Amino acid sequence: MSENFGFTDEAETGNAMTYLQAISGALAAEMRRDDRVFVMGEDVGGQFGGAFKVTKPLVAEFGDRRVMNMPMTEMAFVGAGTGMALMGLRPVIEMQFADFISTAFDAIVQFAATTHYRWGAPVPWVIRAPADGGIRSGPFHSQNPESWFVHTPGLKVVVPSTVEDAWGLLVSAIRDENPVIYFESKPLYRRLTAAVTAEPAPVAIGMARLARPGEAVTVVTYGAMVHEALAAADSIGGDVVEVIDLRSVKPLDLDTVAVSVAKTGRLLIAHAANRLAGVGAEVAAFAAEELFTDLDAPVVRLGGADVPVPFSPPLEDAYRPDAGRIGAAVRELLEF
Amino acid sequence: MSDAVRRTILEWMIFTRVFDERLESLWKQGRGVGGTFNQRGHEAISVGAGMALGPDDVVAPLHRDVGCYLVRGMDPRRIMANQLGRETGVTGGRDANLHGCGDLSLNIIGFVSHLPQSLPVAVGAAMSFTYRSESRVAMNFVGDGSTNTGLFHESLNLAAVQRAPVVVVVENNQYAYSTPLAQQMAVEDLTARGAAHGVPAVAIDGNDADVVYETVGAFVEKARQGDGPALIVANTMRMRGHAIHDGYEYVPPELLEQWEQRDPVDRYARRLIEEGILEQAAVDAIRADAEATVADAVAYAESSAFPDPATLTDGVYADE
Repeated sequence: MSENFGFTDEAETGNAMTYLQAISGALAAEMRRDDRVFVMGEDVGGQFGGAFKVTKPLVAEFGDRRVMNMPMTEMAFVGAGTGMALMGLRPVIEMQFADFISTAFDAIVQFAATTHYRWGAPVPWVIRAPADGGIRSGPFHSQNPESWFVHTPGLKVVVPSTVEDAWGLLVSAIRDENPVIYFESKPLYRRLTAAVTAEPAPVAIGMARLARPGEAVTVVTYGAMVHEALAAADSIGGDVVEVIDLRSVKPLDLDTVAVSVAKTGRLLIAHAANRLAGVGAEVAAFAAEELFTDLDAPVVRLGGADVPVPFSPPLEDAYRPDAGRIGAAVRELLEF
Repeated sequence: MSDAVRRTILEWMIFTRVFDERLESLWKQGRGVGGTFNQRGHEAISVGAGMALGPDDVVAPLHRDVGCYLVRGMDPRRIMANQLGRETGVTGGRDANLHGCGDLSLNIIGFVSHLPQSLPVAVGAAMSFTYRSESRVAMNFVGDGSTNTGLFHESLNLAAVQRAPVVVVVENNQYAYSTPLAQQMAVEDLTARGAAHGVPAVAIDGNDADVVYETVGAFVEKARQGDGPALIVANTMRMRGHAIHDGYEYVPPELLEQWEQRDPVDRYARRLIEEGILEQAAVDAIRADAEATVADAVAYAESSAFPDPATLTDGVYADE
């Protein structure tokens, strides 16, 4: 895994598009299409263009009016984004790191998320939150806080794992009438590329993706962990492992999970976020309630340990699932 | 200020007082649902500031600002129905008392119990006016308690940096729930909190509707002309408890007696009579009209249905 996860300027990549370029490209395309769309956040504007340079290509084309630098006040500028959204604009709010989103918690979960239910006013903002670790960034630059928001009615939460989905889910999030939190995976920023010739299509929020067909075990995952699951599936070989990429963790596409488990009879869920009360727990509970008669083995969950994300490589590697651990768990399931 | 404007201010203040008295009696009779909040003492601020806005301006009022909702055009029937949890209320039974009573068609933003959360939202509304080059102003009310939060300072700072056309009215009613000012903050003059962020600030008598209307109106026009945000500290006294259940035994009775002498509604009526703008009989007629309208609102609310439990999950998301 690359140690250079995006603090430097983008290199030329020819016809290939990186995950990070897909995010920048989707932003630019939506800003061209709709003057209501703009970007706000810490260090996003000026000559800097964001801690990861996602917004750097936007500054020259759209200027300060639509690439707005904010003071270091996450709570206030998320609240301001809500006000601008209520007035009909489409803010895309950048959290510098997903870890800092807790600083804006009330503005998200108390105000924005509840507004439509209480008085019928839509809050069409997007928060882009660079999440996930495995890149030696320590407890406060490595978190996966999606479960807090999955537990909040009124929000949508998406976690793209591919270049095409990074583009397509961001477009859908911007066009959505509801507050959407878009967790982008830092480890994929420059490591993941795809040959993209045309503008990727919007991806509907709430639709899982069959990432790899298989017959004997279903692995449900999302975000960067999709690639670990695919690597595990390849190491096992054949058509044994089916990988479902949830893409959206709120709403959850449990129908796709059910179809897959009806075929395989075995379910493993893997994510980098803490295992305890994580998205995997919800999927496992669904399987226990609704898929009991389809299951040939107990549901298995792999997730982060119930500790702050540690910095030092051996500790961080012990914290998070990876292809090796997913593969081992799949083999155990097959032997059950 | 024209006689017509002053008469309208008096009408809405009397209406607010009558509405509040009716709420209090409903709850004492056991006809209320959940809790509610008294307005007494806040009438000059909520009505005077609300009247100072133009029709396209946007306001984010709080739980002691029923006068502001009314002057901005919210139907008292809808407000009363909301107080009683009915489907005809502003929130259709989703949110309590005045909470959540937003209506974008009236340019009103609803609030949450985390009161200072409305402040950055109002700042954002103001930023949207700048974004679109619209000649509009946003206004937000906050309490003295909220001025202690980080969010108050973050929001004032953001408004100042953005030169956002937003007017922030602090309803300084001496108590945050049971905690008096002296236990909340070491500054004696709340305008210092505007100065800290480069925001022009002024303290005014929040029990004088003329002063409120003229001061807020002047800052609203300055904001509209591009002068950026302003902070107005309107000093008043919360003349009842925090909420209807609160006996406010922690407030010294002599303090309430002092402020009672400066009651915003009675004082304004006396002033307009002394100045010959109207006669006592006209004041009595305004009150009688208000009582009839409030009685109608209560009858409407009490005859309205409660929301259907089958609608529990409706409206969590837009467009679904």
